[in-house]
Amino acid sequence: MESKEHTLSILVENTPGVLSQVSRLFSRKGYNIESIASGTTEDPKVTRITIVMNGDDATIAQLAAQLRKLLCVISVKVLSTEDAVQRELVLVKVKADTKDKRDEVLQIVSVFRASVVDISRETLTVSILGDENKACALMDLLADFGVLEVVRTGIIAIERGIRTIYEDTKESGEFNYGKNVL
Amino acid sequence: MINGAQALMESLKREGVERVFGYAGATICPAVDALAATDIAYTLVRTEQNAGHMASGYARMMGKPGVCMVTSGPGATNLITGIATAYMDSIPMVAITGQVQSYLLGRDIFQEVDITGACAPFIKHSYLVKDANDIPRVVKEAFHIASTGRQGPVLIDIPIDIQQQMIDPVYPDSVDIRGYKPSVKGNDNQIKRVAASISAAQKPLLCVGGGLFSAKAQEELITLCESARIPVVTTMMGLGLLPRNHPLNLGMIGAFGTPTANRALNTTDLLIIAGARAADRAVTSPKEIASRTKTVHLDVDPAEIGKNFSTTVPVVGDVKVILDQLISHHPKAQSEAWIADLQARRQAETQPAAAPGAGSVTPSYLMRTLGEQLDDDACVCVDVGQNQIWAAKHLPMKHGRFLTTGGLGTMGYSLPASLGVKTAVPDRQTVVVCGDGSFQMFENELATLKAMGTDVKIVMVHNGVLGLVHQIQYSSYSGPFGVDLTGSPDFEKLAEAYGIPGKRISDDGQVDSAIHDMLTASGPYLLICDVDPMTTTSMT
Repeated sequence: MESKEHTLSILVENTPGVLSQVSRLFSRKGYNIESIASGTTEDPKVTRITIVMNGDDATIAQLAAQLRKLLCVISVKVLSTEDAVQRELVLVKVKADTKDKRDEVLQIVSVFRASVVDISRETLTVSILGDENKACALMDLLADFGVLEVVRTGIIAIERGIRTIYEDTKESGEFNYGKNVL
Repeated sequence: MINGAQALMESLKREGVERVFGYAGATICPAVDALAATDIAYTLVRTEQNAGHMASGYARMMGKPGVCMVTSGPGATNLITGIATAYMDSIPMVAITGQVQSYLLGRDIFQEVDITGACAPFIKHSYLVKDANDIPRVVKEAFHIASTGRQGPVLIDIPIDIQQQMIDPVYPDSVDIRGYKPSVKGNDNQIKRVAASISAAQKPLLCVGGGLFSAKAQEELITLCESARIPVVTTMMGLGLLPRNHPLNLGMIGAFGTPTANRALNTTDLLIIAGARAADRAVTSPKEIASRTKTVHLDVDPAEIGKNFSTTVPVVGDVKVILDQLISHHPKAQSEAWIADLQARRQAETQPAAAPGAGSVTPSYLMRTLGEQLDDDACVCVDVGQNQIWAAKHLPMKHGRFLTTGGLGTMGYSLPASLGVKTAVPDRQTVVVCGDGSFQMFENELATLKAMGTDVKIVMVHNGVLGLVHQIQYSSYSGPFGVDLTGSPDFEKLAEAYGIPGKRISDDGQVDSAIHDMLTASGPYLLICDVDPMTTTSMT
């Protein structure tokens, strides 16, 4: 089967060791995490983890089922790029030690609707919000000036429209396998 | 006020715990001290791994979690194999480990180890208790988690200062875990689809595993296969679900299975897998089978669906309940021609082979003779290696239990498991089948056997080598290496040193009377059977 990028949204109890429990499952089953982001939700007892990984559909379904087995996991949802909005924040420190270079960087930054969050005589630090493609394109251009360091938050994603992850409890996830929930 | 250890014991009693298998050490002393003041029975093992295996044997016979309790550090790490074995075989177990003082955690002090971290990949759930007030809730949850859904081991790690913390415990009556709501009833529409598939099938086949023992679904299996006319094959963990001579029982599938069972698996038009994960040893080419035939998978664990086998109709729930739901639809397959053909094949392959000449014991003959002489409801605890394959292939099960580790395949499982069995069902005849390799992995537990004063018969297949590896090295590698058990003791004398009578035989002519003598002897007994190391598992 065809391997492609998938985004998994995982709702977990906000208790110690949860992130390691979730990430360990990936390493145990031999999958690489492309990106991982984690933070609390509107309920401080609940954390939402977003993981991007490559795999075929059967692999992702099996992984979601294994994730649902963890007691700390409240719900798991596989989000498609069509149905979900994805964002990532990237900070790029660029070498720009002359006025000309700084002006040129500022021009690129404005075209990308990125922003400058720190400036010094030698460097500019640029912050860009967007999907992966946008960040990549910007970094590509900034590479000419010399990129000193890059840090990314990892991709987060949320479904478009009225649907939320809360509709996707473990029970409904298992319904596809014939679980009696009605 | 009582201390955490006393609250732990009260919580165990409230869960119906009658026995704990353990090995004391510094950090578990408060709990051992509290246990001594209760009427909970305690069995001292000789190495912590076997506390896990004993709890496993106990749990499999009682149908409820077995409990083991060991100290921190090396005690806990020694228990890991016992926990992993229970996990792979889906056996309910609650393992309690002592831990160093909570305020010293992470400083690598004497006998400190991160046991919840170490066990994480092969445990259903684990707790590190940091407040004694949590102990009643944690114990309640641990027993609930271990014994519901897909059963498995749960670990409770308790620092010594928490065991000593004074509290006014509050014991909860119920459990509410947001992320844990296992399915029980199967989806009605899916059940209807399965029932209709059965009625339309001409060559239906039930493939059943250890999950049916966990669900206590033996009666439902018999009712369904008889009323719906579906022949049955089993995995190794499912051996004994049906008596060997049941007309619909085709035996075990897989690399070591019966030709008829494997033929049925390869020609069925509706394969119903129930309570089995059908891993590599049972089904070598799941993709090929799934591409050719309609498959139904009944399992309590949704993550099993599609893991090893792509499934046409999955049903998640308690297999006992699902089978009952299925029976209520009265499905009936058009399978008489298929059954008649399979029964004829089964009949032909089960003709007993003649006992060959003198000089060594023939394993198949040994197992057949043993099986015939055993009580109808005997428990046979089988180790790992050639002895496991020979017993699985040739020992005729009646209405007893065949207890082995089909998942992890841990050598040294059989005797400790049998001691657990004996504490659960003291009056049932219990026999261990092992090799001289596996015997030397558990021989320290002969002391536990003696101390318990219980009656377990041990049948050792003795060939002086690690037989299954020896066999594989002959067939697939450059030849035997590192499998010669030279240096092994005189096992008769070793047993005698423990006060256990033994006998050594080296001829098929002695088998019948030697087994009779063993089974009629009072107390434990070791029967050593000399087998030619060149005898393989494929010989009959």
